[in-house]
Amino acid sequence: MEEKKLAIIATKGTLDWAYPPFILASTAAALGYEVEIFFTFYGLQLLKKNLDLKVSPLGNPGMPMPMGMDKWFPTLFTALPGMEAMMTSMMKKKMASKGVASLEELRELCQEADVKLIACQMTVDLFEMDTAEFIDGVEYAGAARFFEFAGESDICMYI
Amino acid sequence: MADFDEELDASGLNCPLPILRAKKALAGMDSGKVLRIVATDPGSVKDFEAFAKQTGNELMESGEEGGKFTFLIKKA
Repeated sequence: MEEKKLAIIATKGTLDWAYPPFILASTAAALGYEVEIFFTFYGLQLLKKNLDLKVSPLGNPGMPMPMGMDKWFPTLFTALPGMEAMMTSMMKKKMASKGVASLEELRELCQEADVKLIACQMTVDLFEMDTAEFIDGVEYAGAARFFEFAGESDICMYI
Repeated sequence: MADFDEELDASGLNCPLPILRAKKALAGMDSGKVLRIVATDPGSVKDFEAFAKQTGNELMESGEEGGKFTFLIKKA
């Protein structure tokens, strides 16, 4: 049986949106898929050695809030200073208490399973990002490089 | 429950960790050996069925014991 292929484009750089690419990639790898993730725009944050990702309740009406706050808490208040830090800390605690893996752990599992991580060179240049801040084992390339793999993939997703 | 060669305790771990840990444990085992997995994630019941189907490792048994889910997987 030929190996199936999964191609993912990761474009988001918040704590909540960082999970789907790493969960799906590591699981697919465990199932025998060959996997590549192309990180572009804010998705590049997921490649930093020091992951300091946040989740914001602002403009996110679907986000469940503790103590039923989403029922009575005016949307405007979610823009208050400190809200983002508070929500990020609560989300991290909740995840740890429920046995959800940390992003660092999932990312390591991806790398151990030979998931290929590709950083969009154009975005790196655009935001003048320092590649010394990125983890080792990242390949820097462009859109054509992604299509080389995505064109032959069985599943391709944009996150 | 039938005999097994190695055991993996994935209690308290959530998706996809039980599957990833099981995959790792199986990688270090010889073909034909049996891995017993204990998990508390209710989603792991369907996940281990799907894992076995897609990887070719045989899910010999799947059960529940005192609120925990147990699986026996034979390495292909």
